[in-house]
Amino acid sequence: MAVKKNNSQELVALLRRMWLIRAFEEKVSVLYAAREIQGLVHLGIGQEAVAVGACGQLRVDDYVYGGHRSHGHAIAKGADINRLMAEIAGRATGYCRGKGGSMHIAAKECGFVTATGVVGGTMPLALGAAFAAKERKKGQVAVVFFGDGAGQAGPFHESLNIASLWKLPVIFVCENNGYAEFTPLSAHTKIERLAQHAKTYGIPASTVDGNDLLAVRGAMSEAVTKCRAGQGPAFLECLTHRLRGHYEGDPAKYRELSQLAEWKKKDPIARFTRLLKSRKLISDQAVESIEREARGAVEQAAEFSLASPWPDAAEVAGQVTA
Amino acid sequence: MRELAYYEAKFEALEEIMAADQRVHLINGTFLSLSPHRHVFQNLQKKYSDRMMMPPISELGFCGLAIGAAMAGLRPIVDLSTGSFIFEAWPQVANEAANAFSMSGGQTRVPVVFHLFHGLRGGGAAQHSGSPQAMLWNCPGLEIVIPSSPRDVKGLLKTAVASDNPTIFVDHTRLLDVRGDVPENDKPIPFGVADVKRPGGDVTLIATSYTVQVALAAAAKLAQEGIEVEVVDPRTLVPFDLAAILSSVEKTHRVVIADETHQSCGVAAEIAARIAETGFDKLKTRIRRVSTLDVPVPYSPPLEAHIGPSEARIMDAVRTAVA
Repeated sequence: MAVKKNNSQELVALLRRMWLIRAFEEKVSVLYAAREIQGLVHLGIGQEAVAVGACGQLRVDDYVYGGHRSHGHAIAKGADINRLMAEIAGRATGYCRGKGGSMHIAAKECGFVTATGVVGGTMPLALGAAFAAKERKKGQVAVVFFGDGAGQAGPFHESLNIASLWKLPVIFVCENNGYAEFTPLSAHTKIERLAQHAKTYGIPASTVDGNDLLAVRGAMSEAVTKCRAGQGPAFLECLTHRLRGHYEGDPAKYRELSQLAEWKKKDPIARFTRLLKSRKLISDQAVESIEREARGAVEQAAEFSLASPWPDAAEVAGQVTA
Repeated sequence: MRELAYYEAKFEALEEIMAADQRVHLINGTFLSLSPHRHVFQNLQKKYSDRMMMPPISELGFCGLAIGAAMAGLRPIVDLSTGSFIFEAWPQVANEAANAFSMSGGQTRVPVVFHLFHGLRGGGAAQHSGSPQAMLWNCPGLEIVIPSSPRDVKGLLKTAVASDNPTIFVDHTRLLDVRGDVPENDKPIPFGVADVKRPGGDVTLIATSYTVQVALAAAAKLAQEGIEVEVVDPRTLVPFDLAAILSSVEKTHRVVIADETHQSCGVAAEIAARIAETGFDKLKTRIRRVSTLDVPVPYSPPLEAHIGPSEARIMDAVRTAVA
């Protein structure tokens, strides 16, 4: 049903965006292993459908907030991959002049306001963006991405309650990837689906297959429409899985290999490609060229980043206060 | 010159700020704590009901909301009321607001004001008498404002709201009834400009917040003993007007610092370190600190009075400095 609403060009663009994120993060992984990137890095490989499915429904002037695993969210919202890669590499040409790094990406020009290194940390901030949006009355919405680990933290509950109480145009997008850092969700809470919390606070919520791009897109479309119309917040839980460890370098021994293999079968990019092919919306050659172009663009971003200067020590005293 | 009570000057500032700028919202509280003057607030609340909101008791949530709204172009003032309650919002204030401008490489401005009443208040005990400004001074990215007079509270509040940075507005309930001159149409007071509250040539007595009032009373009594005390009020901790303090020290060569934060790593400790680092050659005697003793604030009145920077403790410190 969702397919009918989308024209083929739009759908191909979504595949292209997922590939850009995948290629970008795979390159980050390679650069990290080569010690070209030296900071703390968390990759969302395998979770691209959530970022692209959700951000694909947004306007440039909508606000997006992320967490520590947010390269994909920034790219999905339209961030420039050269400046993003340069930031992760700690270079002066990065979005944040090398002061933020992987966990603190901000790309204000495209509405990616900020990520945070603190689990749940941007949830209250998104309320504020929604509060400002509500007052501005231009139909803007705020979206915040967070993981299942945030569900056990204070800001999650305070934010859901206030959003509901004040009917704020904010969409909470939970990437439930089953693991809060190194332990399964079952070790953190008796609640199986975080959407249950949303219902407690009177927020309409749905749980979807987060590796099914069109499922995410459909649920997000509905949430955004209601939010723009002033009907208050929405909560979208996307069941997904990260195919890498919690952080780059994490041996991830806590996860069964059979579980990983199962999730690899559900790879969102492969799945969406199969769907497009089965509907004859894309050819094998086109798929190949999408991947090739993404990898090419990412190679250029890496070259740009590694050729960029390190920030000058004189820079350190700048931007402490405005 | 027009004389006003501190609470009147503060309220007048808020009224003028709300009228002048639609982006300003007051989130939580009444700005006057539990003072009997709370009723003056009600008319303003009626007039600006759409811009004055009472959130649930979720400090973390509503401080974060204010930070996010500031990032999105509004200019919120959050009233935490009791200073100790900022601990409930610490992750948002210290880890999000303070860092945002720097870690975004200058992309994200956070023009929010966190207002709080700090310090010994008469029976607040350990959990309602906190003075978190010293801890906050350890978070680069925040501005810290600490008025002590009716004129200053009005002028500094205006500057705080106009600032593009997250600003902690550190107030004290014992100041609310202090009276002083507040000229009509007074200009906002810039940050980083200390004020000599009483001139004198023998000792530089640096004090903040309500302790400025205590210091002025002490100075008046010491004058009768023939000791001329210069009371200097930094008015803002960040930015800090070290030059003004050094120029007073150049004249007096003696320093006493009186402040209500705890002694260890407190406001007085930082000021003492700065003077020692840059003005050591101007000193004729060691710097003396009159801070709150390093104990959780006790409830019982005589115990509470014992631990604070009282007039008697300040006078003793000054006397030893000139001895």
